[in-house]
Amino acid sequence: MNASHNCENCPVHHRENLIRLGIAMDRVDYVVALAGNPNTGKSTVFNNLTGLRQHTGNWPGKTVVRAEGGFSYREKRYKVVDLPGTYSLLSTSTDEEVARDFILFGRPDVTVIVVDATRLERNLNLTLQILEITDRAVLCLNLMDEARRHRMEVDTRTLSRELGIPVIPAAARQKEGMDELIAAIEEVASGTFVCKPHRTTNRSAKINHAIQVLSEKLAQQFPGLPNLNWVALRLLEGDQSIINAVQSGELGQLETGILQP
Amino acid sequence: MENPNKPSHDALLSLANNLRWDLGVNLHDAVIESIYEDASRIARNAVHKEGDPATYTLERRIDQLVTSRWLGFPMMFLMLALVFWLTVAGANVPSGLLANVLVDALHPLLKNAAGSVGMPWWLSGVLIDGAYLSMAWVISVMLPPMAIFFPLFTLLEDLGYLPRVAFNMDSLFRKAGAHGKQALTLSMGFGCNAAGVIAARVIDSPRERLIAIITNNFSLCNGRWPTQILIATIFIGALLLPTLAGVVSAGAVVGIAVLGIGFSLAVSWALSQTVLKGEASAFSLELPPYRPPRIWQTLYTSLVDRTLFVLWRAVVFAVPAGVVIWLVANLHMGELSLAEHFIYWANPLALVFGLNGVILLAYIIAIPANEIVIPTVLMLTVVSAGMTGEGAGAGVMFELESIEDTAQILQAGGWTLLTGINLMLFSLLHNPCSTTIYTIYKETKSLKWTAVATFLPIVLGLAVCFFVTQFWYLFQGG
Repeated sequence: MNASHNCENCPVHHRENLIRLGIAMDRVDYVVALAGNPNTGKSTVFNNLTGLRQHTGNWPGKTVVRAEGGFSYREKRYKVVDLPGTYSLLSTSTDEEVARDFILFGRPDVTVIVVDATRLERNLNLTLQILEITDRAVLCLNLMDEARRHRMEVDTRTLSRELGIPVIPAAARQKEGMDELIAAIEEVASGTFVCKPHRTTNRSAKINHAIQVLSEKLAQQFPGLPNLNWVALRLLEGDQSIINAVQSGELGQLETGILQP
Repeated sequence: MENPNKPSHDALLSLANNLRWDLGVNLHDAVIESIYEDASRIARNAVHKEGDPATYTLERRIDQLVTSRWLGFPMMFLMLALVFWLTVAGANVPSGLLANVLVDALHPLLKNAAGSVGMPWWLSGVLIDGAYLSMAWVISVMLPPMAIFFPLFTLLEDLGYLPRVAFNMDSLFRKAGAHGKQALTLSMGFGCNAAGVIAARVIDSPRERLIAIITNNFSLCNGRWPTQILIATIFIGALLLPTLAGVVSAGAVVGIAVLGIGFSLAVSWALSQTVLKGEASAFSLELPPYRPPRIWQTLYTSLVDRTLFVLWRAVVFAVPAGVVIWLVANLHMGELSLAEHFIYWANPLALVFGLNGVILLAYIIAIPANEIVIPTVLMLTVVSAGMTGEGAGAGVMFELESIEDTAQILQAGGWTLLTGINLMLFSLLHNPCSTTIYTIYKETKSLKWTAVATFLPIVLGLAVCFFVTQFWYLFQGG
């Protein structure tokens, strides 16, 4: 990593831009959610961003409640929410529901998906599910130190192009890549980087047709809903909490952002 | 909320229903399959691997060893014994130093100062002999072992050993009708039961979570093993050669801890067969890669976040308990103090269980913090046995310089090996401390289950002590 010396001159590395706010989070400009599989270092990333010391440990399922903290970067204030680690968003366990509901109803400005670079395929399953719900996300390709140790290389450009979101290689335990991560968060939050999130289309024609029929109906009733196809699919699968959200009209509030925390 | 769009919402949902019927039952699988397919394709395009890295095979070898059918458990117990032994051996000297400063030096100084400003004897008694001394004891008895135990435990956790422990015990817990993740909450309980109860949130099924919460108290918590270690040293370590005493008493403590795991499993099984019936749910447990622990950060977080946090909690609870101890030893009804009244009244009952009135009273007073059991026991023994020349007077908690002195007091108070064994058992099997009880209530929001979690261990403890005592007498011929 000889090139890293040259990076010091890049604006990204102006550390004075970053002010860790701990738990002081009044007047928040942007909300950032941290999502990812268990044991990928979400809490470590969280601690690096906020300066808090949320307990970290090398075992899955350590974070059971969401933790919140804040930081300020280039005069904007960010609230960071550390979501429980989950393998998917499709089942009904409590932690998965907490994570999914926050991404769906909490409408974070940016969702940072922390993935384990050494177990990319498994981690991408969750990543793709998150990208179905939100269109503003950053992939934090964490544990790059371990990937290097295992002599693995990850082509971040290909990955970024495929997923349609910024991909930042990082080693949170060594505080590597955190400045770039913050810069990417800012770019997505401010709209400088426009995400074109990957949406799964390789489903059977029959399913795709059903999704299309239903999302057209959804679009009529909830104009402006950002993730029509996903909501349609959840309804087709009989997801009770989404059915409830339709019945109570809660879903309709998503377009106007009333539920913004 | 009255919703004007209700009819159209219903139409939408019934459309979804109809479409669902058309799609059939395989929709969920098809959706997941398409996601997996995409993920696999993207990962294939983006990841380049160079050969088969050697580190993977090394990790796998280690995993095969620590999770092996035959070696897994012995290694676990060995690791546990090592952690205990390091804690016992390392904590002795700093504990003594702290006691020297806080108890031997500062306490008389405070007493003299109080006397010279003309503080009435009862006020200085309550404040200095009661509140201050109990705080000083908790700090000198608890701080050193915690400052060693918590970092060691956190290092194991950081390394990735904990999920392996869970993996080893998973099948046992499943056979007991409980969740495999209960192994994790059980391990947390060795640090602090309140933390273990909170950690039970990782268990999704309410039934299994309740089992994990109720049985967490069977993990010997940090506040209880000073008691275990001291009693084991006096009554069990003394049975053998002095050189072996340390190892034997550490072994006895591990034995009690393992017995606790046994009770955890047995009670989980009993609960899942009766009031909390149901199938054990499956879960996937990822064995995380071994990661080199970050020593300094671990030291810092385990000291600040855990050690000081737990210590502070103990101090907060110990101070009022100290006041109570002083009061029961100094308030008199007729000839005797309240403490003596209770002790004489409870003695015949307690002897059936192989305990004595002092132990029962000490456990009642020490509900807020298990750490103060031993000092309270000693103080009350001196008071009730009418010994003179030991300790510093009624209501003054003390702990003796050497283990021999402590042994002499206890033996003069009528303690035998049986009392020692029963105290160790009862220390494992009694109600959780008040913090844990409160945490259980907060987590379950149910008075009923809080009561079950509180009283079940006492009943078990008394039953176990009763049977041990009766068998003991049977074989000893009375």
